[in-house]
Amino acid sequence: MSQERKVRIMVGKPGLDGHDRGAKVIARGFRDAGFEVIYTGLHQTPEQIVSAAIQEDVDAIGLSSLAGAHNRHFLEVLQLLKERGAEDIVVFGGGIIPEEDIVRLKQAGVKEIFTPGTPVEHTVQWVRQNIRPRGSRQKN
Amino acid sequence: MFSEKTMAQVREMQETWNRKVEDHRCAYGERRERFTTISGQEIRALYTPLDIREHDFQEKIGFPGQYPYTRGVQPNMYRGRLWTMRMFAGMGTAEETNQRFRYLLSQGQTGLSVAFDMPTLMGRDSDDPLSKGEVGKCGVAIDTLADMEVLFKEIPLDRVTTSMTINPPASILLAMYIAVAEKQGVRKDLIGGTIQNDMLKEFIAQKTFMLPLRPSMRIIVDTVEYCTREVPKWNTISISGYHIREAGATAVQELAFTLADAIAYVEACAERGLQVDEFAPRLSFFFDSHMDFFEEIAKFRAARRIWAQVMKERFNAKDPRSCTLRFHTQTAGCSLTAQQPYNNVVRTTLEALAAVLGGTQSLHTNSLDEVLALPSQEAATIALRTQQIIAEESGVANTIDPLAGSYFVEALTDEMEEKAWAYIRKIDELGGMLRAIELGYPQKEIAEAAYTYQREVDSGERVLVGVNKFVTDDQLPVEILRIDEERENAQVRRLRELKRQRDNSLVRRKLEELRKASENGQNLMPHILDAVKAYATLQEICDVWRGVFGEYRDPGFF
Repeated sequence: MSQERKVRIMVGKPGLDGHDRGAKVIARGFRDAGFEVIYTGLHQTPEQIVSAAIQEDVDAIGLSSLAGAHNRHFLEVLQLLKERGAEDIVVFGGGIIPEEDIVRLKQAGVKEIFTPGTPVEHTVQWVRQNIRPRGSRQKN
Repeated sequence: MFSEKTMAQVREMQETWNRKVEDHRCAYGERRERFTTISGQEIRALYTPLDIREHDFQEKIGFPGQYPYTRGVQPNMYRGRLWTMRMFAGMGTAEETNQRFRYLLSQGQTGLSVAFDMPTLMGRDSDDPLSKGEVGKCGVAIDTLADMEVLFKEIPLDRVTTSMTINPPASILLAMYIAVAEKQGVRKDLIGGTIQNDMLKEFIAQKTFMLPLRPSMRIIVDTVEYCTREVPKWNTISISGYHIREAGATAVQELAFTLADAIAYVEACAERGLQVDEFAPRLSFFFDSHMDFFEEIAKFRAARRIWAQVMKERFNAKDPRSCTLRFHTQTAGCSLTAQQPYNNVVRTTLEALAAVLGGTQSLHTNSLDEVLALPSQEAATIALRTQQIIAEESGVANTIDPLAGSYFVEALTDEMEEKAWAYIRKIDELGGMLRAIELGYPQKEIAEAAYTYQREVDSGERVLVGVNKFVTDDQLPVEILRIDEERENAQVRRLRELKRQRDNSLVRRKLEELRKASENGQNLMPHILDAVKAYATLQEICDVWRGVFGEYRDPGFF
């Protein structure tokens, strides 16, 4: 049996929004849960996030948005992943996102959205259940 | 404060009580192992005169309006004038925000507070590719003086004061405000208001940064120097703990980092050659009011006492106004919950009450829906009414600093003060706040505290009603405000039209003069004022600086 590498997640902050408390808490929670975590830092364009995600060979991208620009940024990340043939990178998100936008984003391919008040452990469990290292998945 | 004899009696009584309570505890237990504040500070079961036995009344408490100002900065506090009810507002276009401002003023609000959108906060115009999807979303979009003219249309700038939450481009928005006032026929020495203009807490916590640390400081000192001479009623820096707290800091960290930032500003202005008593009276502060009622009150009282001491002893200030810490408060956005949002009215009420009992000069109360979106008009009105009820019905504004002398509140105030001093000393040892930020020290301390708090909430050790206890499935619907994408297109069209109509060669000339002044170290304010009057855009001015000074990149500590 081949050794499965750790799940590798990119935590991304797209756009000009500077609210990074949640992104940092979740990045730390993922690290403590044994995942490999890459945090992009603030003020990234969707383009920068997707390029870095492909370069770092991550299994998933968790996007954080608290200033209302989630629709545009999340959809653009999905679109760019598709254009680069990297749709197998799972995209999920969190932040201040109204219910009707959640429905719309999920229909577009965002796998899950976590709203304020979600325990870190809940998100960690979701990652364990839904995200596999890409290498091993490709071998299957 | 008490005689030896009284103290001996109290000590004896306390020992008896300790034994009794211990028996009781062994028999029946207590609700928890440790009782702590929301910041993790341990709280004892009872406080008595023993806890403040060292207190020298004059040195620690004293009288309102007198050093060390523990009891408040004015002699008669709210009996003279209530705090300013200043609700932060801004959304979409300048027209819409102007309407909201006029509505709030008609409802009895006494000062304005402008929320800008992310592109404006970051020094980007509405037509910049990086602004896509963010124009007008979490505040009003301001690209040029033309937008600012609309924003303050029919609002007399000699009769209201305006607070602008703006940082990297603070000097530009101030210049625009001065220009609008002049167009209304109001001279700049008559206008009053505040720019936040506090970059240190941006690097530490809020993260709307643009230029590197040192050029950012230089522009701040330019605004202080200019206002000291030309706009004497303007509060030049609103040194802010709010964002530090919202990023997850404890109450002590909020207090200590804010005051350490303030020390760094005073040092930078003194280095420029300004006399401390010339500019320090116009420094103001901005704190968070979180859920732990007494801890917050103690924090506000300790803040005044520490600042008075810092100014008097460290900076040798002579003017009493240099030693008074005047502050704005906002109730804690991060304490609001998306679950059962109507509960947020109650949270905000308690936080607002703590701010008032702590002696705030102005107050913003959050709307119940702010965890979901920008506030609706109904929600913003309830938030304003909350302050009015505290002011007019509760009776708490009838006497000054009513909690002084409480064994608990005084002991907690002392404890906050001591712990804040320990942090300030640590930052001094690191070489001051600028160096500490470069080392990532406050950033890491805050990230650590935020993580600890989240773990406590997740484990249920820290209760959030409706989130990890008393959870219900039924959702009470809340109407939320949405900003549609059409606003962005309209704003972009307006900006392009303006760029066509203005005198572009004049704009280029003014920007070139600004570039030279940026390079040769002149005070930038007169040049910024010239540029905005020529309708140069916010970003055109910021791009000059990006070219001269470079940009700051987030180190991304977590």
